[in-house]
Amino acid sequence: MLLEVEGLCVNYGHIEAIRDISFGVEEGTVTTLIGANGAGKTTTLKTLSGLRKVRAGKVIFEGKDITHLPAHERVKMGLSQSPEGRGIFPGMTVRENLFMGAYTRRDKPEMAVDFDRVMGLFPRLEERIDQVAGTMSGGEQQMLAMGRALMARPRVVLLDEPSMGLAPKLIAQIFSIITEINEQGTTVLLVEQNAAQALKRAHTAHVLETGEIVRSGTGAELAGDDSVKAAYLGGDI
Amino acid sequence: MDLGALFGSFDNFLSFTIGGLVFGAIYALIALGYTMVYGVLQLINFAHSEVFMYGTFAVAWTFIFLHGTESASWSLGKALPILLVALVAAMVMSAAIALLIERFAYRPLIKKGAPKLIALISAIGASFALAEAMGLRDRFAGWVGLKDDLADYVAPDKARDVFSNPVTIEPHKLFELGGYGVTDVDLVIIAAALLMMVGLDQLIRRTRLGRGIRATAQDPESAALMGVNSTRVVQLTFLIGGLMAGAAATLYMMKIGSTRQNAGFILGVKAFTAAVMGGIGNLRGALLGGLVLGVMENWGAAVFGSEWRDVVAFVLLVLILLVRPSGILGESLGKARA
Ligand SMILES: Nc1ncnc2c1ncn2[C@@H]1O[C@H](COP(=O)(O)OP(=O)(O)OP(=O)(O)O)[C@@H](O)[C@H]1O
Ligand SMILES: [Mg+2]
Repeated sequence: MLLEVEGLCVNYGHIEAIRDISFGVEEGTVTTLIGANGAGKTTTLKTLSGLRKVRAGKVIFEGKDITHLPAHERVKMGLSQSPEGRGIFPGMTVRENLFMGAYTRRDKPEMAVDFDRVMGLFPRLEERIDQVAGTMSGGEQQMLAMGRALMARPRVVLLDEPSMGLAPKLIAQIFSIITEINEQGTTVLLVEQNAAQALKRAHTAHVLETGEIVRSGTGAELAGDDSVKAAYLGGDI
Repeated sequence: MDLGALFGSFDNFLSFTIGGLVFGAIYALIALGYTMVYGVLQLINFAHSEVFMYGTFAVAWTFIFLHGTESASWSLGKALPILLVALVAAMVMSAAIALLIERFAYRPLIKKGAPKLIALISAIGASFALAEAMGLRDRFAGWVGLKDDLADYVAPDKARDVFSNPVTIEPHKLFELGGYGVTDVDLVIIAAALLMMVGLDQLIRRTRLGRGIRATAQDPESAALMGVNSTRVVQLTFLIGGLMAGAAATLYMMKIGSTRQNAGFILGVKAFTAAVMGGIGNLRGALLGGLVLGVMENWGAAVFGSEWRDVVAFVLLVLILLVRPSGILGESLGKARA
């Protein structure tokens, strides 16, 4: 396992946002967490990135216990994230935003390789490379957030609802890019509301309900599961 | 409008303008400390005035240490070697005080997610504690048994009195500008301040460090996700503010020559005003705000009499904020573009 979560509990004050969660992310796969609003998906990803304090449990990355490692150290180890709401730097240009993704890196020539790769995945960003990021459309900002996360050349990239607020055509595009990123060798942990698409793309999937994992399986298994269908897929897929 | 009639003569107008620029440059350097910390933390570092004040003492102490206590009047050229040492000493002293404030008055509160108001009160506390500690330095000197000559230098019996640099720096006229003699001291102050501001501006815009600071100012959580160490960035902003305040303290001592434990207060308020006027969080705004404030209050003093200087300064602040609530340049450090 590239990334392992063992008995993770995270609180906001007295509210238990996630309770005793355990799962793993196999190297080279796409793993997805699906669940309703407030289930604890974002909290899980923020905790994996080191932005939330752990009450109990462990996070293990490449065999090392990183539960209490500060966020900026985790990036260096190869764990990057495209956060919910995109979190782009509005006053910086697209190019500057992308290179913020490579902030911890010193290998200039290799950074240029990754920059080209991101340009290849998101031609739209290339067209707007010197635009101030805050003036871009929501979909463009989403691409920027994903591209920026890839600029870290991560071992595993955490994507928090990359399809949020996008037009259906763009959603399909974003999901095929996720598959492409994975096929280029990056492990993906994907959080989604769009369960149908996420399950279709994922090797492994977990369903989160009020802070607990209630169901796990392959993407196809969960897509065929009646209760998952009823709760998250609106009956059709 | 006949400027000559308003200011007595056109020469006077120029002289008040240049005099204003000199103080404005000092305000601007101090204002940077307020604006940087605000840009990153959205907090007003009320104790920044003390960061400046400790720097002024470091300058006087350096002269006492390297020259002695007897009064002297030197040209800028003669004072330059000691002045450079004093500059380093003041920058180190001010930076150290700024880092202490960050470490003890802010970081514990920020870690606990305390409301901004609490941090402001903590900073006000730190400000008074630091100023009073300077005013009581004779007692501290006594406690640690510093009873020899040195104690007299560092802490005269009346520690709350005005404390002067024994070496007065005599300005020399370099050239005439419309009848006003521009002195070497004036020129050095304006040039040094501009140089430091341009340097800092480039640092923030062009370097990796600067990108880390801007990213943290725009979105601290995203910056952490990029691998920016936010604690380090906050420390760095206090450090830079301290270094600039130390430089301002040196320039101030060149011009004024004496200080007090409460010398930070009025300069701090002016510099804060300059930062708000220029657009708080905005580096170039701090420069512009400082210069505008310095010049306008000097004009005010010239036209209405010197006792009106501060009235003019603060009326100006109110007027500018009425027209442009986010300051002259407005946009924040976070939005500063490369
Ligand atoms: N900063 C916070 N302070 C207090 N409670 C929070 C905070 N962030 C999240 N929560 C709570 O924790 C729970 C889990 O939130 P989280 O954002 O992880 O949900 P989510 O699964 O990502 O939901 P969504 O699909 O709407 O993004 C929610 O009940 C939420 O209200
Ligand atoms: Mg969420």
